[in-house]
Amino acid sequence: MSILVIAEHDGMHLRAGSKSALSAARELAALQDAQIQWLVLGSGLEAVVAEAAGYAPVVFADHPLLVHPTADRYAQVIADVARARGATLIVANASTFAKDILPRAAALLGAGMAGDVTGFAQNDGQLLFRRPMYAGAATATVTLVEGPRVLTVRASAFPAADPLPTLAASTAWPVDPATLPNLIEYLGCESRPGTRPELTEARVVVSGGRPFRSSAEFEELVGGLADALGAAVGCTRALVDAGIAPNEWQVGQTGKVVAPHLYVALGVSGAIQHLAGMKNSRVVVAINSDPEAPIFSVANYGLVGDVRQFVPELIRELAR
Amino acid sequence: MKILVPTKRVPATDDPVRVRPDGLGIDTAGRASVVNPFDAIALEEALRLREQGSTSAEVIAVSVGGADCENELRTALAMGVNRAMRVDSDAALDPWCVARVLAAVVAREQPDLVLMGKQAVDDDANQTGQMLAGLLRWPQATFASRIEIIEPGLLRVARETDRGLETVQIRLPAVVTTDLRLNEPRYAPLPALIKARRLPIEILTPAGLGVTLQPKLRVVRLEQATLERACVRVADTAELVRRLRFEAKVI
Repeated sequence: MSILVIAEHDGMHLRAGSKSALSAARELAALQDAQIQWLVLGSGLEAVVAEAAGYAPVVFADHPLLVHPTADRYAQVIADVARARGATLIVANASTFAKDILPRAAALLGAGMAGDVTGFAQNDGQLLFRRPMYAGAATATVTLVEGPRVLTVRASAFPAADPLPTLAASTAWPVDPATLPNLIEYLGCESRPGTRPELTEARVVVSGGRPFRSSAEFEELVGGLADALGAAVGCTRALVDAGIAPNEWQVGQTGKVVAPHLYVALGVSGAIQHLAGMKNSRVVVAINSDPEAPIFSVANYGLVGDVRQFVPELIRELAR
Repeated sequence: MKILVPTKRVPATDDPVRVRPDGLGIDTAGRASVVNPFDAIALEEALRLREQGSTSAEVIAVSVGGADCENELRTALAMGVNRAMRVDSDAALDPWCVARVLAAVVAREQPDLVLMGKQAVDDDANQTGQMLAGLLRWPQATFASRIEIIEPGLLRVARETDRGLETVQIRLPAVVTTDLRLNEPRYAPLPALIKARRLPIEILTPAGLGVTLQPKLRVVRLEQATLERACVRVADTAELVRRLRFEAKVI
């Protein structure tokens, strides 16, 4: 039995979500008596491989043609390595990176796939996977047929893995450029580099909804409270649709799923699609002018009133 | 240009979903069905590409499922697709099975582009388009929020990723999956909906397409996920900060 964990990284560091995926793999390894290996793909991977080897043995595919995470090439290399290593499980954090690439790799391998897995069990030797459906309104228990199985796991459902006492081995995978497809040309990625923590990795998230009518107001109030708390910022779909916040801040069924220690929802009504992205947060605070807003039914603490009044007050209170 | 739009019938989720007591599905009594919202966006985009392009362009909607799917295919016809087809199956299908059926439909229809929702709002799998592209060895661009035709046969697609807006260029034939902000789907006007009731829907079978349906994923049971918490209503921000500090200990 062999488990391959696909590492997601920024060229320098592993993403925190990948360390949670490794934790999930360790749970599976305990059930299955399996060996775990990272698979790291990219170009110029020394730093990432060195970090990854602190957690588990590494196989790395380092080649200039893998500099951008295009699904055609990454899926091909993942399938090649999985076959060569006889991987029975291929696991990654359920980010857009893995959601783009892993189903394609599953198709190349003829493997079954379960996405957004939040837990495992074993029954009569059969592995059972738990995953949300219907925007989190239902939790399904699913099985995958024998053969290689592909999983994405919710980072919020697993702790970050602890490092090993000593460095594990790392092995280079010989990338044959002649076998790599050339179907997708990567032109670039516009992201907003910021000083705030990454949304899916933050201990505290401050999220804004409809009452914020401009990017400036959002930044002043949601951003201001986030900075007072050392938090990441998030938002509802409506604000992204209105162009007030960028799409990478959207929390929900089709955006990011977060489970911080503290989630502060400012003027968020609590549509089921938004709740799907944050309901597993440890403590939820809601401030909303509508006392009947559904967000209060998933909140630990609620304050009824105008965010424009309460947020500046809250920032002052926190500064005391 | 020929565009194939896989269209899935899903239960409307405006009202909270309830799991049936037997745990084998959700309670659909009194619940409407709709075109999966992401597929509606794909239908809209296909129609817009046809409207911008030559009149010879063709948009085909395809569903895999039982006769009840024809309702949603008729919505697609009323929106303006040229043809609709249904691959008949009453089995519980996973993304793998649907991708294999769609690959066979692609072999038969030879579209230039398969445009489909990034996920269906019932199983939230987000797999079928990528699996189809893998089976066909076609380029893929997932989570599209902008699609431009740069020159005949060359698409530039903006993709919504966790890291920001990524741009890729792909040659046709290709699979593109749609995200929320690609467009606002049109409503099918009532006369078109009435007219669509009489339009033909071609019926295919998996066997006729040479596909044996063997799902790899099986749902054993569903449970209702509980969301509710007892909410403490605080009087003011001072009380809130005090409780977060000393009671919840999260700040």
